Amino acid sequence: MRKIAISDGDIQVSTRQLPPEGPEPKPITPAAKDWMLFLGFAATVLTMPIWLQPLGAAYPDLLQKFAIFGIFAIGFNILFGLTGYLSFGHAAFLGVGSYAAVWSFKLFTMNVLPAMLLGVLVAGLFALLIGFISLRRAGIYFSILTLAFAQMSYNLAYSVLTPITNGETGLQLRGNDPRYIDRAFGVESVGLPQTNLFGIDMSGYPGFYFCAAVLIVMFLIAMRIFRSPYGLKLRAIKSNQNRMAYTGFNTRPYLLGAFVISGMYAGIAGALLAVTDPLAGAERMQWTASGEVVLMTILGGAGTLIGPFLGATIIKYFENIFSALNEAELASAFSFLPPPLQEFAVTIVNPFVGEGWHLTLGVIFMVIVIFLPGGLVEGFRRIGRLFRGRSGKRTASQAEVQPAE
Amino acid sequence: MDAILLQVLNGLDKGGAYALIALGLTLVFGTLGVVNFAHGALFMLGAFCAVALNEALTWEIVTVDPTRTTAWGTPLEVRQPYLEAQFGDFGAFLVDFSVPLAILVAIPFMLLVGVIMERGLVRFFYKRPHAEQILVTFGLAIVLQEIIKSVFGANPIPQGAPDMVAGSADIGAWFGMAGSIIYPWWRIVYFLFSVLIIGIVFAFLNFTTYGMVVRAGMQDRETVGFLGINIQRRFTIVFGIAAVVAGLAGVMYTPILPPDYHLGMDFLVLSFVVVVVGGMGSLSGAVLAGFLLGILQSFASMTEVKAILPGIDQIIIYLVAVIVLLVRPRGLMGRTGIMET
Repeated sequence: MRKIAISDGDIQVSTRQLPPEGPEPKPITPAAKDWMLFLGFAATVLTMPIWLQPLGAAYPDLLQKFAIFGIFAIGFNILFGLTGYLSFGHAAFLGVGSYAAVWSFKLFTMNVLPAMLLGVLVAGLFALLIGFISLRRAGIYFSILTLAFAQMSYNLAYSVLTPITNGETGLQLRGNDPRYIDRAFGVESVGLPQTNLFGIDMSGYPGFYFCAAVLIVMFLIAMRIFRSPYGLKLRAIKSNQNRMAYTGFNTRPYLLGAFVISGMYAGIAGALLAVTDPLAGAERMQWTASGEVVLMTILGGAGTLIGPFLGATIIKYFENIFSALNEAELASAFSFLPPPLQEFAVTIVNPFVGEGWHLTLGVIFMVIVIFLPGGLVEGFRRIGRLFRGRSGKRTASQAEVQPAE
Repeated sequence: MDAILLQVLNGLDKGGAYALIALGLTLVFGTLGVVNFAHGALFMLGAFCAVALNEALTWEIVTVDPTRTTAWGTPLEVRQPYLEAQFGDFGAFLVDFSVPLAILVAIPFMLLVGVIMERGLVRFFYKRPHAEQILVTFGLAIVLQEIIKSVFGANPIPQGAPDMVAGSADIGAWFGMAGSIIYPWWRIVYFLFSVLIIGIVFAFLNFTTYGMVVRAGMQDRETVGFLGINIQRRFTIVFGIAAVVAGLAGVMYTPILPPDYHLGMDFLVLSFVVVVVGGMGSLSGAVLAGFLLGILQSFASMTEVKAILPGIDQIIIYLVAVIVLLVRPRGLMGRTGIMET
């Protein structure tokens, strides 16, 4: 069910049942649809503190995580969703971005912009290096190569690179860090300084709005990539790389481009993690973290625009809710049941919450891959098609035919 | 000289574990064409077979001795392993040999797990893309390790080797250099054990009719099917055998490394690298690469080497894999055309 959006307003008009009289209604062009989607997305993200209130998720720490991991997943989707190359090492770029950002705080200034710039830059260069080597192979070999590189970086961060990464303790800010630029401007702080954007402290809601703004910009960029000829080429690589090569395209530069872009997204996400909490640890680079971003993308729907953000939000939300639950709270939640049943329900559910959150994660992972490989977006589409009935089916099939023409 | 020999020995037991896991991975990939990310979890399950048996054998019965009291005045509770209470010395012997005995438990258990896994999950993924196979087995691996974590806890559980082979051997004496190489017996046992298992698997595939049919199915599944052979059932059994091999590798590894729930994941990543280096689909390549990388890793952790290249012991295996993939994409002994893209 891949829809390829070419600006094909004319075709859509011709296939639609036109009303017999009156002026022709102005068709909604795909570009206009995109802008509506974008505005809707921006509005949804910015109003999250309001509409997440009833779900108990409207506090800045969690909202920041939604935005940050949304960026991470959106970036991962540019590689995995468009080209089909499954990287198992993207957490390495996130970690590198974090380290770079914290170093920027330590060495230069507590302003977040240079930190993010440095994070993106370093992550991008790192992605260029790894992508250049890994993309010589496809399929599982590519997955294993990226995994190998990520594990390598993780192991090195824990052992030899301790002077840079501060090993197991994690890289932290200190009162006596040089911060040359801040010192040069005479900015002094008592105790540990706060990250700031020209004087606005990046904690709490300002921090969230900053992350949200970055997320919206990143979403826009991803959308432009999806709709551009470049994005179309990436999709072509996914559907048939050989044929793409026969038509005279050297696919590797395109792939490398996608890899580096998604690495830079991860770098931004990593830098934002450091912005909201200036501490970078190597566990961010572990391959379970890479697995998590894969899960977020798949859960939402790989290859779709809003899927990855949706998946990231859901995962982080449930992680937050589930890992906070304990046996006593479960017992009170099931208190409406008669005592033996209540005990039974608590015993059943207990391994899945608190410490056992990862078990739930694994189960979700399997269920999604088995039953809904297209992710939630695909699920919504199916439900929508169910409701629209026959006419919906027909337009859907036409949409499928169009790209082949 | 003795230092080099010691490092080779050091690499053998780890290499044995890599080889056994990689062998199973290759078997599954060669027969079913499935990339099984849950294979490391099978290794871990095997290790916990040993833990479970040990816990069952050391189960204690508590009897209250009314004639004696503790310092607090309460009746004294006498704890006694029930095996010793029931069987005396033989019971103590059983407890001592719990790890080798766990093999007997692990074989049927792992076979069952393997067959259930194949029938219940993996078979629905033959026709799906490799990415989805990786993802679903990855999810299964998480589930398995979390179940183990919730049953046995998050901490490593040390297991002892039998007293008979608990000490160290003075291997240097065999070569006329007494006292220069002291090496734990159990690691030698592990190496011999892994060679034995590898030998059995190869003999099974090469010298039995059943194995011959399996090999034929690996070559050309359709034709074997046309001959009226239910190749699918044989492949299911092969999946079970791969699970058993991984499980046994895990059982015997427990005295070397106390198992914890993420043991499987740690070994899985390395074993995949081993498979890739050996050549996807080549059984002998997997074994060779397993031992080779195990030995390489132990050489890289020599202090002399680390002094020149700091941190090399952490990354040597990945580094080798990257180089092999770039220079010789099909691996050391891989056949042409298998996943070579």
